Amino acid sequence: MLEWILAILILIGAFFTLVGSIGLYKLSDFYMRLHGPTKASTLGVGAILIASAIHFSFKTDGVSLHEILVTLFLFITAPVSAHLMAKAAIHIKVKQVERTRQLEEK
Amino acid sequence: MIQRLFPHPLLSLILWGIWLLLNNTLSAGHIVLGAVLAIFIPWLTSSYWPEKILIRRPWMLVLYIFRVLFEILVANAVVAKLILGPQKKLKPGFLHYELQLTSPVGIGLLANTISLTPGTVSCDLTKDRRYLLIHALHIDDVEAIRAEIHRKFEKPLLEIFITC
Amino acid sequence: MLNLALSIAFVMVGIAILLSFIRLIIGPNTPDRILALDTLYINTIALLILLGINLQSALYFEAALLIAVMGFMGTLALSKYLLRGDIME
Repeated sequence: MLEWILAILILIGAFFTLVGSIGLYKLSDFYMRLHGPTKASTLGVGAILIASAIHFSFKTDGVSLHEILVTLFLFITAPVSAHLMAKAAIHIKVKQVERTRQLEEK
Repeated sequence: MIQRLFPHPLLSLILWGIWLLLNNTLSAGHIVLGAVLAIFIPWLTSSYWPEKILIRRPWMLVLYIFRVLFEILVANAVVAKLILGPQKKLKPGFLHYELQLTSPVGIGLLANTISLTPGTVSCDLTKDRRYLLIHALHIDDVEAIRAEIHRKFEKPLLEIFITC
Repeated sequence: MLNLALSIAFVMVGIAILLSFIRLIIGPNTPDRILALDTLYINTIALLILLGINLQSALYFEAALLIAVMGFMGTLALSKYLLRGDIME
């Protein structure tokens, strides 16, 4: 039973990690590429880390929770780095796909 | 006295929790050592934290975190579908979001949440802190995205953070 | 069961690392390369944790934590460099 849960969590994690990188490879401009890694990868790594926490909690007696720390750290830092990268890209005027919707004047 | 000893009670609590998690233990020695660090680090760095973080309803914050986690799960499925599908159909674009929040921590939390959830990344904040520049992976209806952000995330945050 | 899942996961994460490496090489401009590096370190954390489960060792966790901290710092410094033309001010 435990093995099944672990296997499913690991596969979900690996799948989302892969989707993030596929997005990075496939999408057509920088701003679109930003979406893949910041979301898919964090959940992917999060699922794998939770699997690791469950695995080591049951293998050794006592709870192993320090994997949560990495998950927490990634969930806090991923949006920050995405924000800064987007800001840098806007600053040096990276090209956008032509069909990008532009800002309305205000 | 209590004020001087714990300039930032929330920071102390978080530091203590992180120390225990980092050492992966609940032994008495580490509890004491962690408590000492949790008191001294905020005390030494208090001059770098000028403003006080005021949280009106801590329970709402916990509820908010669970809601965001759920939204992240949904968002990942949506974004995965968008990425794996044909990309000719995607209509990316920028949009401005008018903020009602005024507390800096609240704005930061909202920007982080937006970056973590459905196909949107916060890119910039205007100088006067009134508009958030957002890039969306797929826009069908701009107003719908704005309304969704307001309903799901900004409203709870407005109730949690008071303006200082 | 677990071993099979681990093998599949290793392959998937390996392909993910390869894809971000390709983006790192071809990336048309600098922000693309920064983003590729960012993805690369996140994928490396996943690979290390998987290796830890595979080898039944909790030692790899510390390395993963260090990579997370250092990678974030690297991304931050590179973006700051693009924004200001300087890291330290």
